[in-house]
Amino acid sequence: MAMLEVNDIHSYYGNIHALKGISLTVDKGEIVTLIGANGAGKTTTLKTISGLLHPRHGAIMLEGERIDGLPPHQIVMRGIGQAPEGRKIFGALTVLENLEMGAYARNDTAAIARDLDFVFALFPRLQERRSQLGGTLSGGEQQMLAMGRALMAHPRVLMLDEPSMGLAPVLVEAIFETIRKLNKEGTTILLIEQNAAKALQVASRGYVIETGQIVLQDSAENLRKSEKVRKAYLGEA
Amino acid sequence: MLSNPDRSYPIKIGLLSGVIAVLIALEGMIQAFGARDIIGGVISLGHALLYATFFAAAYLAIRRSGATRLVNTIFVGALSSLIASIFVIALVWLGSWTDLGYVFVNATQPLYELLTFKQGLVVGSLLMLIVGIVMGILAALTVALPAKTRQYILTPVIWVITLGVLQDLVTVTIQNMPFLKPVTNFLYVSNGLSIPGALTIFVLLLAINYFWLEKRSAAQNRYASLPPASRRAVRWGSIGIGVVLLLMLPQILGLYLSEVLDNVGLYLLMGLGLNIVVGFAGLLDLGYVAFFAIGAYTVGVLTSPELGHAVIIGNWWVALPFGVAVAAFAGILLGIPVLKMRGDYLAIVTLGFGEIIRLLALSDVLKPFFGGAQGTRSIADPDIGPLEMTWSPQSFYYLFLAGCILVIFVSTRVKNSRLGRAWMAVREDEDVAQAMGIDLVATKLLAFGMGASFGGLAGAIYASKLTSIFPHSFNFLISINVLSLIIIGGMGSIPGVVVGALALVGLPELLREFSDFRYLLYGAALVVMMLVRPEGLVPEARRAMELEEFREEEEPAKEPVVLKTMGQP
Ligand SMILES: Nc1ncnc2c1ncn2[C@@H]1O[C@H](COP(=O)(O)OP(=O)(O)O)[C@@H](O)[C@H]1O
Ligand SMILES: [Mg+2]
Repeated sequence: MAMLEVNDIHSYYGNIHALKGISLTVDKGEIVTLIGANGAGKTTTLKTISGLLHPRHGAIMLEGERIDGLPPHQIVMRGIGQAPEGRKIFGALTVLENLEMGAYARNDTAAIARDLDFVFALFPRLQERRSQLGGTLSGGEQQMLAMGRALMAHPRVLMLDEPSMGLAPVLVEAIFETIRKLNKEGTTILLIEQNAAKALQVASRGYVIETGQIVLQDSAENLRKSEKVRKAYLGEA
Repeated sequence: MLSNPDRSYPIKIGLLSGVIAVLIALEGMIQAFGARDIIGGVISLGHALLYATFFAAAYLAIRRSGATRLVNTIFVGALSSLIASIFVIALVWLGSWTDLGYVFVNATQPLYELLTFKQGLVVGSLLMLIVGIVMGILAALTVALPAKTRQYILTPVIWVITLGVLQDLVTVTIQNMPFLKPVTNFLYVSNGLSIPGALTIFVLLLAINYFWLEKRSAAQNRYASLPPASRRAVRWGSIGIGVVLLLMLPQILGLYLSEVLDNVGLYLLMGLGLNIVVGFAGLLDLGYVAFFAIGAYTVGVLTSPELGHAVIIGNWWVALPFGVAVAAFAGILLGIPVLKMRGDYLAIVTLGFGEIIRLLALSDVLKPFFGGAQGTRSIADPDIGPLEMTWSPQSFYYLFLAGCILVIFVSTRVKNSRLGRAWMAVREDEDVAQAMGIDLVATKLLAFGMGASFGGLAGAIYASKLTSIFPHSFNFLISINVLSLIIIGGMGSIPGVVVGALALVGLPELLREFSDFRYLLYGAALVVMMLVRPEGLVPEARRAMELEEFREEEEPAKEPVVLKTMGQP
C-alpha cells in the first residue's frame, strides 16, 4: 500500500479550476518529485494534500486512510509535514522556538527532544544559531529552519515546496544533499520543484504537472531522458 | 550651503507647520488653552502649543537637512519656523481685514489678540515673527546639544509644563494634605506657576534627573552585588510599597481623580480584552463595544427590579459570572461567521456587530427586556454579603483594581502559554499556523471568547457603577478609543495597554480644556505615533527585540560558510 495516494483530485480557487484531476502516489521510503513551470499547480496540490484547500472531487489517502476533508491540523497530526513555499518561518521567534512550534501538535516530550537532537545533527548551523531570531537568518538558514521545523512534527511524509527557490547554487547543492541524506535515514519525501534537473537527480520517481494536470510520470531516470522534459524543463535543445 | 540636495525641505516643512498652526488656531484650541497659563503671565498653554509647532518645524527641517555647522542649522531652523509664524500673522491680518467668522466660528477678535500678544497688529506681528525665529534658534541649539545634556534638560521642562497645566489638580489634591499648603502657595499664582516656582521646579528636577541618569547604573550595580537574601528583601519591599501606594491612591487623590482612575481602569479592562483579539491573535475587531454592552446589559437586566419582570438575581456578584459568560459566548458566536475572514472584511463585519447590539438594546420590540431608550435602571451595587455600603468612585476603584490585576494576570499567563504561541502563529500566517498543527477554528474562537469576556467584566462593573445604562453609552466610538489605546501603547504589549489607557483616557480627563478636542488629539496622536513610533509607546518585547537585532545585524551571515556545516555525510 502506498504511503500517500492522491486520486484524481480537483481543486478550485473560487471558480478557477486549478487542479483538473491530479493523481500521484508516494511509497514508503521514496523521494517523489512533482515538477512543473510556475503556475502549473504544484503549490495547489500541496495545499490540497495538507487540507488548506479541500478538493471538490477525488480522494487523498495516507496509508489507506482517507484524509481529504479533514482540517489541516488533523492532517498534520496524522503525519504529513511540510516546509511551505517561501519558507514562511516565524521571524519574531528564535530558531529554537520555531522548531518547538513545529512540534506544536505533539506532547510526547521525550520523543520531541530526540527529534530536536536529530534536527540539530542534520543542521549544525541551526544549533549554533538556536537563540537567534528567525527573521535575522540568511535565506539558506531559513530554508534549513523551515525543513527542521517540518521535521519536528515527526512526519510520515515530508512535503517540500521549492526548497531551492532563491538560493545561491552552492546552497542549492547543499539543500539537495540534505534531502538525500534525510531520505537515507528513512524519511519519505514529496519534493516540489521548478529546478527539474536537481530534483530528478535525487528523486526515484517523478511527475510533471502542466496547467493543473499530470502530463508525464515515470522513473526519474526515464524522465531525465525524455524528449519533453529535456526540452521544456532541463533547457536542452 | 546645505549638504542635503533637497533644499526646499525647510520651506516645505515650514509651510506645512504654518498650515497646522493656523488650523490649531481656527479649531479653537489656542483660545481654549490660552486661558490657562503654564507660568502665570508669561506663557499660556495655547501659546506653548503654537510655539511647539514652530519648534517642531525647525527641528524636523534641521534633522532632514543634514546640516552640521551651527550657523547652518540655525539658518535652516529659523527659516522654517519663520515661515510657520508668517502663516499665523497672515491669519491675523486677513482676519482684521475681512470677517472670517462666517466660515470659522473661532476666528474672532479674542483669538487675534492672543496671537498678537495684545500688542496691536504691527507690534504683535513683529513679536510673533521674533518668536518664530527664536524657536528656530532654540531648535538648532537643541540639536547641537549632546544627547545626554538634552535628556537632562528635557525631563525638567516637561515637568514644569505638566505641573503648570495641572495646577487645579495639584491644588485640589493637596487640599487633603494641609501641611503641604505653603508649598502650593509658593509654586502657584492664581493662574499658573509663579516664576520662582517654575524655576525651583526646573532646578530641582534638573538635579534629580541628573542624579538619576548618572547614578542609576551605580545603584543597579550595588543592587546586583547584594546577597540574594537582601536582594529579595529589596524586591519585596518595593513591591510592598507599590501595593500600599495602589491601595491608598483613592485616599491620596480624592474624589475627582478617583473617578478618572475608574475610567482608566474601565478602559484598561477593555483594552486588555481587545488586546487578546487584535494584539495577540491579529484579528481586527472594530465592534468590541458589543461585549462591553452585553456584559453591562446582562448584569443590568438580571439585577434591575424596574423592568417589570421579576428580578432574577438580586446580588451583583451572582450576576457577574453571567455577564462575563454571556459576553464570552457572544464573542464565540461572532467568531463563527467570521472565521474565514481577514483584515478589512473582518473589521467591517465586527463593526456591524457592535452596532447591531446597540440597536437591539435600543429597539422597541425588546423594550420589555432592555428598557429601550429609557435604559435599564436601578442596577444592583456590588455589595458583599449582607454588608450594605455606600458606593463611591473611590470604592469602585478597588473593584476596577481587582479586575485589572486579575485580567493582567490572565493575559500574561495566556500570552506565554501554548495558546499564546498559537495566537502568535495565527497572527503571522494562518496557513503556516495550520501547517504546524494548530487548530485554527479553536484558536480563533478562544481569542474572540476570552477577549469578549474581559469586555463583559468591564461592562458588569460599569453597569453597577452607573446604576443605569442606556444604549447610547455603547456607541462605536468606544471601540475606536479602545483600539486607539492599544495602538498607542503597543500592539500585543500588556504594559503598553496600561500606558495607553493612562495616556489616552487618564491624561485628557486631567485637563477639562482637552475634553473638547479629545478626538482631534486622538487623531493627531495616532498619526504622529504611526510616523514616529509605529511599534507603540511600550512595544511588545519580541517586536522590539526583532528591530534591535535587525539593526545590529546589518549584514546577514555569509552564505558560503553554511556549506561547511551542511551536507557532510
Ligand atoms: N489564492 C489563489 N487564488 C486564485 N488563484 C490562485 C491562488 N493561488 C494560486 N492560484 C492560481 O492557481 C494556479 C496554480 O498556482 P500554484 O499552485 O501556486 O502554482 P505553482 O506552485 O505550480 O507555481 C495558478 O494559475 C495561480 O494563478
Ligand atoms: Mg508554487
